[in-house]
Amino acid sequence: MIVRRTCLALLALPFAAVARADDALSTAMRETIGDKPVTDGGILLRVPALAENGGQVPLGIVVESPMTAQDHITAIHVFASRNPTPGVATFRLTPLLARAEVQTRIRLSEDQRLIVLAETSTGRVMRASAEMRVGAGGCLS
Amino acid sequence: MSALPSQPRIRIPRSARAGEVIEIRTLIEHPMETGLRHEAGRALPRDMLTRLMVRLNGEALFSADFQNGTATNPYHVFFVRIEKPSHFEFIWTDEKGRQARTEARVAVA
Repeated sequence: MIVRRTCLALLALPFAAVARADDALSTAMRETIGDKPVTDGGILLRVPALAENGGQVPLGIVVESPMTAQDHITAIHVFASRNPTPGVATFRLTPLLARAEVQTRIRLSEDQRLIVLAETSTGRVMRASAEMRVGAGGCLS
Repeated sequence: MSALPSQPRIRIPRSARAGEVIEIRTLIEHPMETGLRHEAGRALPRDMLTRLMVRLNGEALFSADFQNGTATNPYHVFFVRIEKPSHFEFIWTDEKGRQARTEARVAVA
């Protein structure tokens, strides 16, 4: 009986952890963009196939946009699905930029999905994601 | 406003042709300690930058709001089309309100 209970606890734990991470991610995304409709595509993510060092993962984001006063990207939001907290960064862009492109370095604690949302001045939200594999986890916890 | 001990570094050309797109690279030395990490059984105190603000000739150009997933020594690259002599101002702010600031000028050749 005790053995069975232990097994159940071990089985249950990862699922609970995954559910918590998904909740935190969907909450963070909802707080960021509200209930605006989201369409996939229009964003190119440049990431390594395998991040050797999760503490310094290069990330390049290029969003398709004319970057004119009328039609430009206003914000790019980056989330990581399995970090202890999902928020990575928000970039605020203006039409003074030549293109909607940002390069940075991020932390990933383990293998997970990276999600990028881009908001346009016309009220649209674009989404792209990438499955990330991490060698040594970033120093998050 | 008190100053951050962090050292910012900018890579930007000194001049450009009118209409040319230039690349601007910024890096600031900072631990970006989330407060979630432990060392020898103790939580390391949180010490995070909250924002990088970049202005071009006094106008907002680009900003970054940092959360826990931003790496140590925050590094950012972005692109600007130079139309006239340009003055760039870069300000990083931490969660205690301390700031590090630097600036750069790009002449039109």
